[in-house]
Amino acid sequence: MKPIRLIGRGAIGLTRMIGRVTIFAGRGLARVRAHPSELARQMLHIGWLSLPVVGLTALFTGAALALQIHSGGERFQAGDVVPAIVAIGMARELGPVLGGLMVAARVASAIAAELGTMRVTEQIDALVTLSTDPMGWLVSPRLWAAILCVPVLVGIGDVIGIMGGWIIGVQALGFNSTTYLANSWAYLESWDVISGLIKGGFFGLIVALSGCWFGMSAGGGAAGVGRATTNAVVAASVGILAANFALTGLFF
Amino acid sequence: MLSVRGLSKSFGAKRVLDGVDLDLPKGESLVVIGGSGTGKSVLLRCILGLEVPDAGEILWQGAPLSGQRAAFMDGFGMLFQNAALFDSLPVWRNVAFRLLRQMPKARAREIAVEKLARVGLGPEVADLYPAELSGGMRKRAGLARAIAADPRVIFFDEPTTGLDPIRAATINDLIRGIVDETGATAITITHDMSSVRAIADRVALLDQGLVRWQGSVADMDQAPDDYLRDFIAGRARPMARGPLSAGM
Repeated sequence: MKPIRLIGRGAIGLTRMIGRVTIFAGRGLARVRAHPSELARQMLHIGWLSLPVVGLTALFTGAALALQIHSGGERFQAGDVVPAIVAIGMARELGPVLGGLMVAARVASAIAAELGTMRVTEQIDALVTLSTDPMGWLVSPRLWAAILCVPVLVGIGDVIGIMGGWIIGVQALGFNSTTYLANSWAYLESWDVISGLIKGGFFGLIVALSGCWFGMSAGGGAAGVGRATTNAVVAASVGILAANFALTGLFF
Repeated sequence: MLSVRGLSKSFGAKRVLDGVDLDLPKGESLVVIGGSGTGKSVLLRCILGLEVPDAGEILWQGAPLSGQRAAFMDGFGMLFQNAALFDSLPVWRNVAFRLLRQMPKARAREIAVEKLARVGLGPEVADLYPAELSGGMRKRAGLARAIAADPRVIFFDEPTTGLDPIRAATINDLIRGIVDETGATAITITHDMSSVRAIADRVALLDQGLVRWQGSVADMDQAPDDYLRDFIAGRARPMARGPLSAGM
């Protein structure tokens, strides 16, 4: 009976945790209009300051993708599909997933460390004593900033990734510049782009929610903040990959 | 009047508060003393709603505090043990945090600078960030934030911890002065007997989850309670002690 009891206890624990995180997310999202100035500040931190890392990731990914597709495609005389595959691959999968993972590494860790430090140094308690709801002041602006900014980052990453492929296509693989861009555009459908942007919104939520949840639940001093930061990045990364699979199945 | 009735709180098997009763009349300064881990901070956290008590109730002006917490908090200030200033905001925004929701920014800043002056910090400190302040300056800035909105009730959590004796005495004098000036009701928790003598109108000794002794500072020195006498004198005692009645 012991293994069954352990499985049951694990399932109950997991269900409880999902319930708590869902309620936490709902409470955070519901306070959307609480502090617009904080929302603007978080959009700067999460969106604008993530642009370099997302842009560089997209640039190198698009370039590597072009090389790989050209090399693989040549085996069955299909090297010409490079522009279309790079564009579709970036828009549907690599733009949102790699963009999301880079934002997870940069933002989930920063949010968890900041909120965790605030928790263990009583700054969150201080907010309560100043008649300020921590969910409205700290959590809501971060959730909404990530939901709004990550799709924009994904869109910019898509363009930069396609440009990365274009640079390699034209400079190294002998494509004509105009033909490359025309082929990229011709085979790309609006749903390819829109589905990627929707994924970006979900990934933004997962990143900020992981950071906020583990940060707000941190305890045990510096070691606790360190654990919260690690857990936030791991949860956000795995969450993005799992959600990507689910959304891809749903969309296509 | 703030009253605590039969307040109990456990963490796992450890019973931290075991039926605490306290009354705090308007304008009085109560200092709660007691050894480490005797539930002083938990008592404050329960009053603030940061912990949910297992039993008992807290009354504010004769009615349960839970039903009027927002109004209570609007007239409340607190100095935290390590000041708990917001790292991401300059000092003046920390002090004016509550005021910024109630008045224009320029006026809120003006009041913040006035409150900083009240605790002995010059206007040049207003634009610094908390990380740029010394421990004593952080405490003062925290004190300025606690009094910024002229609260009716102020809590001081270990106000002199980590300070040298001179800075500790300065903070004690500031607290006593502010309490006298504003007529605020105050609860201070501390181990520091110099704080007790400087700040308290009345002293309550918390031990093993209960108020073991309470009375005026003058009565404290004459009290027969052996644990209180050892606490005042700073004498070592065995860590494990018998039930509460044995020492009373």
